[in-house]
Amino acid sequence: MRSGRIAAGLAAVTLAVTGCADAGATASGDDGGPGGTLTVFAAASLTDVFTDLGQRLEEEHDGLTVQFNFAGSSALATQLTQGAPADVFAAANDAQMAVVTDAGLADGDPTVFTGNVLQIAVPAGNPAGVTGLADFAREELALAVCAPEVPCGTAAEDVFAAAGVTPRPDTQEEDVRAALTKVELGEVDAALVYATDVTAAGDAVEGIAVPEAEDAVNDYPLCTLAAAPNPGAARAFVDLVLSDEGQQALEDAGFRTP
Amino acid sequence: MRRARTPAPLLVPAALAVVFLVLPLVALLVRTPWSQLGTLLVAPGVGQALRLSLVSATLATAVSVVLGVPLAWVLARSRARGRAVLRALVTVPLVLPPVVGGVALFLVLGRQGIVGRWLDEAFGLTIPFTTAAVVIAETFVAMPFLVISVEGALRAADVRYEDAAATLGADRWTTFRRVTLPLVAPGVAAGAVLCWARALGEFGATITFAGNFPGTTQTMPLAVYLALQRDPQAAIVLSLVLLVVSVATLLLLRDRWLGRGAAA
Repeated sequence: MRSGRIAAGLAAVTLAVTGCADAGATASGDDGGPGGTLTVFAAASLTDVFTDLGQRLEEEHDGLTVQFNFAGSSALATQLTQGAPADVFAAANDAQMAVVTDAGLADGDPTVFTGNVLQIAVPAGNPAGVTGLADFAREELALAVCAPEVPCGTAAEDVFAAAGVTPRPDTQEEDVRAALTKVELGEVDAALVYATDVTAAGDAVEGIAVPEAEDAVNDYPLCTLAAAPNPGAARAFVDLVLSDEGQQALEDAGFRTP
Repeated sequence: MRRARTPAPLLVPAALAVVFLVLPLVALLVRTPWSQLGTLLVAPGVGQALRLSLVSATLATAVSVVLGVPLAWVLARSRARGRAVLRALVTVPLVLPPVVGGVALFLVLGRQGIVGRWLDEAFGLTIPFTTAAVVIAETFVAMPFLVISVEGALRAADVRYEDAAATLGADRWTTFRRVTLPLVAPGVAAGAVLCWARALGEFGATITFAGNFPGTTQTMPLAVYLALQRDPQAAIVLSLVLLVVSVATLLLLRDRWLGRGAAA
């Protein structure tokens, strides 16, 4: 199943773009451009970039309103399989996208549009003198990682395995933002979070790059949904994300272009 | 005791309330993957999380009774000024989103907190991410339920019994122990049950202040939430286990404390 997904990922750019574009043309494009309301379900880590891109799209198209539902990818996948109406879904990993595609809700194959790597976040000034992944094995430190049930936790397990470090965390956080909050409050000495979260957190948090994480880039796939109420606008949004402009915005926020 | 017939205008709303409250539970039962029940139940961590939940909720209730009953007495009986303000303050956790409560606990008892910093420096004691933190978070959220129940019982109790005891020479402490407390015992029991139930279901303050680690801080609600991220079926089974255990416990206690008449 995993290899199938990787194959799908490799072929994604060409296949999905053409597949989705056909479907988009059949809908609201005739009256000169997308209008109405576009609903985008996106992983919480995309909040800043997607809000910005949504505003750009609204400026380009008169009468278009873009509304977002930002939450954990798994919560969004659950909402979609329970029938929540949406036009676009952008997930923070392949597994949660698979929940939606397996349910037959996606229009065509998903496209991997960006990626995220893990970084060590420490409180400003790095009071515990954390230097790298090996510090996560030190019992005397207060350490947070994401729970293995959520995407950043799965990624963390891979990174620790690749580095040969057995982590001794004090808490397995329910999502990456919760882990980051504990760093911001100074309650943990270090947490393993996404590079983009460190960028977004500002001065309260310092990031330490993890060379071992470079091999475990977390893919972010997105797709338009088969039952999209506004397929024309959905297509336009996906095109914007995949355009040079969209990719640059993602890179500025700390994401890795695929 | 003569049983009153339900007045007709109460019947329809009462029935609606039952439907509203019970239907989600029925839905949970309908969607339970009964065939996988066995394998999901013996999955590692389930017993551990259940045990931790029961122990921490019971400890939180014990702390709440020891501290909350005296507080309820102060609120109901003392003539000190500012009681209204005090009551409003101690019931704040009822309206505070539990996650905010968890952050507030960090600011007091965390490593950087106003009390926690001192505990760390003087004794090398850190509270967050320990089982003690689970009990503290649950107590913070659940104690107001007990205080409110017991205060209500104290206000409803007839003060003349206490006056009579005082007239007969009992000091105030004896009066409290021998007269007041037995008088409001059903209120204390009801408050303790409410407090225990709230502590057992506590999620937000716990996951914030105590974090989530299997065996030390992962209670059932946390396990359910995380299971929901990966395997909704397992989450339903875990919820069902928590539900069955809590209802069974409450029914058993009810029989024991309040006698068969009250349970019927």
